[in-house]
Amino acid sequence: MSTSFLLTTVLVLPLLSAVASFTTDRQPALMRWLVFPLLGLSGLAAVWLGGQTLLQSTTETLIYSPGLPWLHWHFRLDPLAGFFLALIGIVTTAVSLFGPGYVREFEHGKQPLSVLGFFTGLFVTGMLMVVVAADAFSFMVAWELMSLTSYFLVVYQHQNAANRRAGFLYLLMAEVGALSIMLSFGVLAGFGDGFSFEAMRAAPLSLTWASIAFALGVFGFGMKAGLVPLHAWLPEAHPVAPSHVSALMSGVMLKVAVYGFIRLSFDLIGDVHWAWGVALLIIASITALFGVLYALMQHDLKRLLAYHSVENIGIIFIGLGLSMIFYGTGYPLLGTLGLVAALYHTLNHALFKSLLFLGAGAVLQRSHERDLERMGGLLKRMPWTGLFFLIGCISISALPPFNGFVSEWLTFQTALQVPNLSSGVLRAVIPIAAATLALTGALAAACFVKVYGIAFLGQARTRRVRRSSEASRGMVLAQALLAVLCLLFGIFPTAVVNALNHVTQSLTGQTLSTATAHGWLWLTPVSADAASYSAPLVFVGMLLALLAWALVFYVLRPAGRAQTRRGDTWDCGFGPLSPRMQYTSTAFTMPIRQIFAPAWRIHEEQEREMQPGLPLEPAQIRYQVHAEDITWKWFYLPIVQLLHATTRRVSRIQTGNLRHYLAYSFVTLLLLLWLIT
Amino acid sequence: MLEQLPLYEQAILTLAAMVMFTSFALLAQNRVVPMIHIFAWQGLLVAVTTALVAFDSGKHDLYLSAIMTIALKALFIPWLLHRLVKRLGIDREEHGAEHPATVLMIGAGLVIFCYYVAQPIEQLSASVTRNTIAISMAVVLLGMLMLISRGKAVAQVVGFMSLENGLFFAAVAATHGMPMVVELGVAFDVLVGAVIFGVFFFQIRDSIDSLDVDQLNRLSEQDE
Amino acid sequence: MNDWLLALIEMALFVALAPLFSAWVKRVKCWLQNRRAPSLLQPYRDLRRLFAKQVVLSHNASPVFRATPYIIAGATLLAAAVVPFISVNLPTAAIADVIVLAGFFALARFFQALAGMDVGTAFGGMGSSREMTISALAEPAMLMAVFTLAMVAHSTNLSTVIDYLLAQGLVLRPSLLFALLSLLLVGIAETGRIPVDNPATHLELTMIHEAMILEYSGRHLALIEWAVQLKLLIYGVLIVNIFFPWGIATHNSLHALAVAAGVVFFKLMVLGVLLAVGETVLAKMRLFRVPAFLVLALTLALIGLLSHIILEVG
Repeated sequence: MSTSFLLTTVLVLPLLSAVASFTTDRQPALMRWLVFPLLGLSGLAAVWLGGQTLLQSTTETLIYSPGLPWLHWHFRLDPLAGFFLALIGIVTTAVSLFGPGYVREFEHGKQPLSVLGFFTGLFVTGMLMVVVAADAFSFMVAWELMSLTSYFLVVYQHQNAANRRAGFLYLLMAEVGALSIMLSFGVLAGFGDGFSFEAMRAAPLSLTWASIAFALGVFGFGMKAGLVPLHAWLPEAHPVAPSHVSALMSGVMLKVAVYGFIRLSFDLIGDVHWAWGVALLIIASITALFGVLYALMQHDLKRLLAYHSVENIGIIFIGLGLSMIFYGTGYPLLGTLGLVAALYHTLNHALFKSLLFLGAGAVLQRSHERDLERMGGLLKRMPWTGLFFLIGCISISALPPFNGFVSEWLTFQTALQVPNLSSGVLRAVIPIAAATLALTGALAAACFVKVYGIAFLGQARTRRVRRSSEASRGMVLAQALLAVLCLLFGIFPTAVVNALNHVTQSLTGQTLSTATAHGWLWLTPVSADAASYSAPLVFVGMLLALLAWALVFYVLRPAGRAQTRRGDTWDCGFGPLSPRMQYTSTAFTMPIRQIFAPAWRIHEEQEREMQPGLPLEPAQIRYQVHAEDITWKWFYLPIVQLLHATTRRVSRIQTGNLRHYLAYSFVTLLLLLWLIT
Repeated sequence: MLEQLPLYEQAILTLAAMVMFTSFALLAQNRVVPMIHIFAWQGLLVAVTTALVAFDSGKHDLYLSAIMTIALKALFIPWLLHRLVKRLGIDREEHGAEHPATVLMIGAGLVIFCYYVAQPIEQLSASVTRNTIAISMAVVLLGMLMLISRGKAVAQVVGFMSLENGLFFAAVAATHGMPMVVELGVAFDVLVGAVIFGVFFFQIRDSIDSLDVDQLNRLSEQDE
Repeated sequence: MNDWLLALIEMALFVALAPLFSAWVKRVKCWLQNRRAPSLLQPYRDLRRLFAKQVVLSHNASPVFRATPYIIAGATLLAAAVVPFISVNLPTAAIADVIVLAGFFALARFFQALAGMDVGTAFGGMGSSREMTISALAEPAMLMAVFTLAMVAHSTNLSTVIDYLLAQGLVLRPSLLFALLSLLLVGIAETGRIPVDNPATHLELTMIHEAMILEYSGRHLALIEWAVQLKLLIYGVLIVNIFFPWGIATHNSLHALAVAAGVVFFKLMVLGVLLAVGETVLAKMRLFRVPAFLVLALTLALIGLLSHIILEVG
């Protein structure tokens, strides 16, 4: 099969799925038998094409000319695009397995299913097209397709005012970001004489203009990816979309922004400057810490996961920032290490965040609860979802031997190579950024202990949760797929690094050959002496260690006496335990809330209902904590005020007098005529 | 590089780092008595470093400086402050900064900044102690930070004294001490300063009923 | 092959000696506090008794609760496998560097905290919440100290680090001094000793680790107890072998190993005395003083790092 045929297939299949969804108005069952399978096929095709491009390290340019003769659509498949194609493909496949079961609850909803299917298909097309686009036009068209369709998905359940508000915020910020990206491309195209990436790559840029293009790129792509303080839309929009779309948005769409950023800075601009890396490193560290601190305070499961996306984007950009610092100071090998770490984390985050969103979707569908405070004991009711959600939690908390750990370990290793740098200040700042990363990781672990402990362990807190049951087979299968991948990518990091070498080779001409120089068992980023990690042996070792303890138990056990007995939980002799005695999500994070208090604007509410006749004995106490995002007060509100002030000034020219307006046109005309002479 | 130095020169560097640590400890400490103790330790460390530098450079008048530092900064002034605090009855009050962790982070930033600033100076010198210039600058700036972040007069005096420690340390580290006359003069100034502060504490307390320097705002002529 | 056998023996030694080390600390503490000390074998007897006892599970316990003791003990055992104990030439040490080691402990802690929340009592949640908070603050301090070490020795592999420090001889490094102090504080916090946590208390206001394992019994409890003792020993060995590496066997001859074993024993005994003195002199802190304690550890590590950069390289 030729590449162009495959690429066409990859792009057309989700379109077909979008078109096919119009049939579902008559036949809702077709959603299951036609729309999602087509989407899944497109996912598989994307994995196939992307994987092939990545592993064979091919680069191919394709030009389509639909309609306009002077406006060709350039598509280019290189290992970077291949990597992201495969990544989108994996998650799309999982989502299309998950979707049929999940959308059943929408079958009798107020909105037509066809809308959901239509925009999902277009959304996937948009994302796939962004990563293969090779000129600014097709890139922006695809980018807008992605943004607009996801807007419609966010407001799918639009009878809810909060959803509409979230959708509007999202659309607004997406468009501002797109504008910035467009300007960034404009700078490159202006110097490079043409809008194709080929021309932009060759653009001779002065440092100032390159910095401007870079800054615009950071702003635009950062807004989509969710760098603090540009993240405000993310925790609003991601939770309100249907869960499988949230998985796509959080798991993949943010990665498309990362792709755009890498393409712009490492490929199109090319010569990265180390100072950009420092700026990026600082922003990214703040993003990571900020994301996890806010995630800790959430008790809406999906909102919490959305804040964790902010955190993980921070981690990815820490890797990218380190990479830029090392490339910019003349250590391409170490720069490559940072880039590999960032790409690896991109892949990992796509996997475990989609997994967690799908799990949250399954919980939402079965129990109709999003609030952690009302869940509990779900592991017994949904054992498989519980198991896979646990794997997601372990992966995102960066614990060995799962995948999240490997990429964070690589990021740490990159940061530890600072003694090579000649600048003493950088040598001091980078380890501090790495310590921030350590703090982030530990807080993330705390957060996911909270999530899992509150939602899946303990006792059910509400009746609906108590009555929930396991999700449908497809939904479980989708989670299983992602969970297995999380484990595999954690145990075989050398394979992933080898594949990523193709990406860095094509981007910067460097590979990280040292990392896998000692065979598939050993990951040695710089040299075997400096650091080594053998994930397969750790996994085997863990199994062996469990076996060893079983042996100890067997040896020490007196024959036949050590049976297990079930009994009541110890209740301090106080009467039966009730689910309400358990720690809540708010209670769990209380110490952290106290320690990091300045990070949030905390709103506490306490209501007391006193017992009649006993003015000091409360009959009921209600306590609620809400952590408001401080960026609203310190970043967005000033902007809004500034805008208001400016518009008030500008509005003075709106006199309402017809002749004035005619005069404006007249003056404009004169000016233009003067300009062109 | 460090490995090639003789052991006592390594000790100078280690002591320098410990002086810096005492500055951080002063920043973080919120009880006044331990604060004075840390200050005394800082004086002692500075004195020992001076003695080691004297041994290293063979300048014997530095021994005298070291002895003076011990007498004054490790013993007399801490004793004086201790007595004052007891007599004022404020040894159990909290004298801490409002956000100690934030102050510590700013402190770390200051150290990096000092390093950045001191790097060109260090290139000019060849002595072992050149690397401690950044440290002594950091001690000065950390002392200033302590002055800014504390509201209570006693803590501010300790901050001021520790700032002076930093200056002395800088002189020892960069140029192997100032001329003896200058040093004696400075030491005398510090001594007189400490005594005058002691008298002032009582005055301040008598006039505004508190040792909280923020209360001094009330002396401003502007109406609030 | 011989090396691997040696690694296996060292690991077995780790496991076998862990209760002894705890008993030694306890004994010294008793001496210092004018109490009569239990036998040094008491922890072994406790473990044997616990293994023999019947396990009582709560009706509410999920599979996570049952799997946790094995995962904790397994992860801790794996951690023990990668720490050079007697010989520095450990083939297993290359499997995981010191960051992965921190990862093993984090894995064990993650499951420990989950198990605490599993039964659904207030105590368990309380313990988990506190444990995760403290570890969140201890982790950056620990990694910062580790970074200092790694920057000095240009490696995060424990064997390489120890080799480097041995080859260098006696050098007074401010960075290592502060890293040592920081790691001591972190070790105290992570192993739940006084003044951060009191392993001997069951008072709800103060307990952290005990609150999480309140529902465990029988062999499950034995495994967890054993893992706790093992973790304490691992931290002890890390500290004595990295900062005072002299005496560790650099080649695997029988004579060198025997000498090394003796030296390590001696060093651990000294460390145990220090720990006991510390636990006797200090009082358990209020929970909300613990952050200050850990910020101190972080500051120490930071000063270590900065003094390495400013004083030792520049």
